[in-house]
Amino acid sequence: MFDFAGFLDLPLIWYGLIAIAIILYVILDGFGLGMGLLFPFAPTDQCRDRMMNSIAPVWDSNETWLVLGGGGLFAAFPLAYSVLMPALYIPIIIMLLGIIFRGVSFEFRFKAQGRSRKIWDTTFHVGSLTAALMQGMIIGAYVQGFEVEGRHFAGGAFDWLNAYSVMTGVAVVCGYALLGATWLVMKTDGETQEWARKSAAYVMWYVAVFMGLVSVSMPMMNPDISALWFSYPNYLMLMPVPLLTAILFFVLWFDLQKDREIRPFVLSIGIFLLGYLGIGISLWPWLVPFAISIRDAAAAPTSQSLLLVGIAIMLPVMLAYIGYSYYVFRGKVSHEPYY
Amino acid sequence: MLTDLDPVFLARLQFTFTVAFHILFPAFTIGLASWLAVVEWRLLRTGDKIYEEVYRMWVKIFAVTFGMGVVSGIVLSFQFGTNWSVFSDRTGNVLGPLLGYEVLTAFFLEASFLGIMLFGWDRVSRKMHFASTVIVAFGTLLSAFWILSANSWMQTPQGYEIGEAGILYPTDWLEIIFNPSFPYRLVHMVTAAYLTTAFVVGGVGAYYLFRKQHVRHARVMMGMAMIMAVFVAPAQILFGDFHGLNSFEYQPAKVAAMEGLWETKKGAPMVLFAWPDQAAETNRYAVEIPKVSSLILTHDWEGEVRGLKEWPADERPPVAVVFWSFRIMVGLGVLMALTGLFAIFLFFRKKLFDTRWFQVWCMALTPAGFIAVVAGWFVTEVGRQPWVVYGLIRTAEAASPVGAEQIAPSLAAFIVVYLFIFGAGTYYILRLIAKGPQTEDEVFGTHGVDKPPIFSDMASEKGGDHV
Repeated sequence: MFDFAGFLDLPLIWYGLIAIAIILYVILDGFGLGMGLLFPFAPTDQCRDRMMNSIAPVWDSNETWLVLGGGGLFAAFPLAYSVLMPALYIPIIIMLLGIIFRGVSFEFRFKAQGRSRKIWDTTFHVGSLTAALMQGMIIGAYVQGFEVEGRHFAGGAFDWLNAYSVMTGVAVVCGYALLGATWLVMKTDGETQEWARKSAAYVMWYVAVFMGLVSVSMPMMNPDISALWFSYPNYLMLMPVPLLTAILFFVLWFDLQKDREIRPFVLSIGIFLLGYLGIGISLWPWLVPFAISIRDAAAAPTSQSLLLVGIAIMLPVMLAYIGYSYYVFRGKVSHEPYY
Repeated sequence: MLTDLDPVFLARLQFTFTVAFHILFPAFTIGLASWLAVVEWRLLRTGDKIYEEVYRMWVKIFAVTFGMGVVSGIVLSFQFGTNWSVFSDRTGNVLGPLLGYEVLTAFFLEASFLGIMLFGWDRVSRKMHFASTVIVAFGTLLSAFWILSANSWMQTPQGYEIGEAGILYPTDWLEIIFNPSFPYRLVHMVTAAYLTTAFVVGGVGAYYLFRKQHVRHARVMMGMAMIMAVFVAPAQILFGDFHGLNSFEYQPAKVAAMEGLWETKKGAPMVLFAWPDQAAETNRYAVEIPKVSSLILTHDWEGEVRGLKEWPADERPPVAVVFWSFRIMVGLGVLMALTGLFAIFLFFRKKLFDTRWFQVWCMALTPAGFIAVVAGWFVTEVGRQPWVVYGLIRTAEAASPVGAEQIAPSLAAFIVVYLFIFGAGTYYILRLIAKGPQTEDEVFGTHGVDKPPIFSDMASEKGGDHV
């Protein structure tokens, strides 16, 4: 049986890979879901057609990162997967139902005419909103930790539901709306772009406030996290994270006042990355906070090794053809149907 | 009230419902992707517009079906954890990498090139578009490879050892991936998917011919579907037989349930019809043909077939479900093979495209593949019970520590949402079929010409120049 454990730190590598899959999902599906959040507020039906067209060819592959995140967790850290999923049963099922409604809306909306199109406009918005809110609430529940006994989740059905998780839920909704709006600034022009720019400038304040709230509250809830961030010399080494975030917000604000088209989207992605990094640093080395570490949850070294070969070969190939599919649909999008 | 319900039963019901719902879509898209690749290849070779029009009609149906398949598939990848966490914990080392490879090699491939296949017609070259279709078709097959490998391992596990807390550890990956039932299940399932698509396409072609609409397109659809019915439907009966023999070797209790045999016998009869009574351990109202079961399974009139009583009552699958699902699947398989025979007969009488009763027959068999696929999965999955990993982990011990008060509402939600989505999806697909292929020079039907000229010759592959 081959096994790279002798010369590679497999649990660490897999922690990194799954973290990458999840943040890629958050960013890529985030702008798609964010557009679903903004959908009913668009000024005209033509705008809505454009919004839909801008992600129709890529939403499916964006959503596949979620499957890789979930499937990768099952493969590389089966213990974490089998503790987290039952613990988050209700929000995950609701999120899945949201994703279903939102996913079928693309094709159904293209086929529908007249009034029935309104049905799929609604399911697209409500599905996106549900999925985004649940993802945010899952993060909120995650950072608060889980009750674990042996190899099982031992808490209650509604442990995930409290004021804090509702707050993080709304925070992610705002964050996705920002990603969606800046994506539209990049992909559209004229009326749609102008509206998207205003929406982004409006929603970015909420994102800034919520990020501030999470950054302050996490150390307050957990003395370990507080010690990690505020002890010397960590303090100096970690300072760039919040500082850089503040700078990005500042630049984003100025960009949205001018006619920058691409940079706002890049900056929004940067803000997401930094927030994600902050949470990751705070929760290290827990995979199921504060009960199971990445080493305790790791799958057999041979299992992690086998799939690592697959990742090493396939990830560059995947990124190449995913890049190609974005390249094929590059440039400003029109409202005309593709078919 | 909800807490009185058995959570394991509810979890099984939810998994059955969501997986049976999901399988309908891949069963159709695996075949459809490959068929669209063939149609586009004909288009590139002949330059005949007819193939482009057929392609463009069916690619829209493909898009609707694929979308529903993707979202119902995401649900499954989470359900292993939400509802079967003990199973996930204990088998993760073995099954995790297989599912991981499915995502890495197949899902991204399909998803990325699907966008080009659906929306890229005017953005990439003809050849690149064709390549995208072929890649999507290849992706669907790769996906089938990995998921069926994982499923087959649950049926015929090998290449592992059991460690602490019942956790399984892999010892030989090749033994795991190419476990004994995998090659048979893969061939049987992919062929089933191809036949499912063939009978849908053939049924729609027959409908157009019956209505005398889109006649040239209908002949392409019907003609290609009948090639599948003639050659692949009989082959599938053979593949199914091989698969059954493999199960007889590795999962004899499943085969005993399929055959409805309670007693171990030399010269076991084939039970055509019966009502298996699990409690009384016998069949009611049985109609049997002596010795045929032994002949099929052991190739010997007097061969010994083990009956269900060989296993303790708590190691037997629910017999009636397996017994009847098996008969539904085989019955439909026979009807499909019969369709092929009729098609040959009509082809040589040069009446394949204008025999009314045969058109009605093909229309009636449109859903045959879907029903047969779901019935087949009931045979193999219910037949594996009471095990989730055959002989190793019982389904009852594999469930999550999630109570009935959570599963009952989620099951209800899945049923409501899926029926709504399925209803809408079916409605849009039927509308696309009613609309038919869009042509620039449609002659019959749309322009008020009721009757096409008599087609007495088999459609030339070029699609009838005399129209």
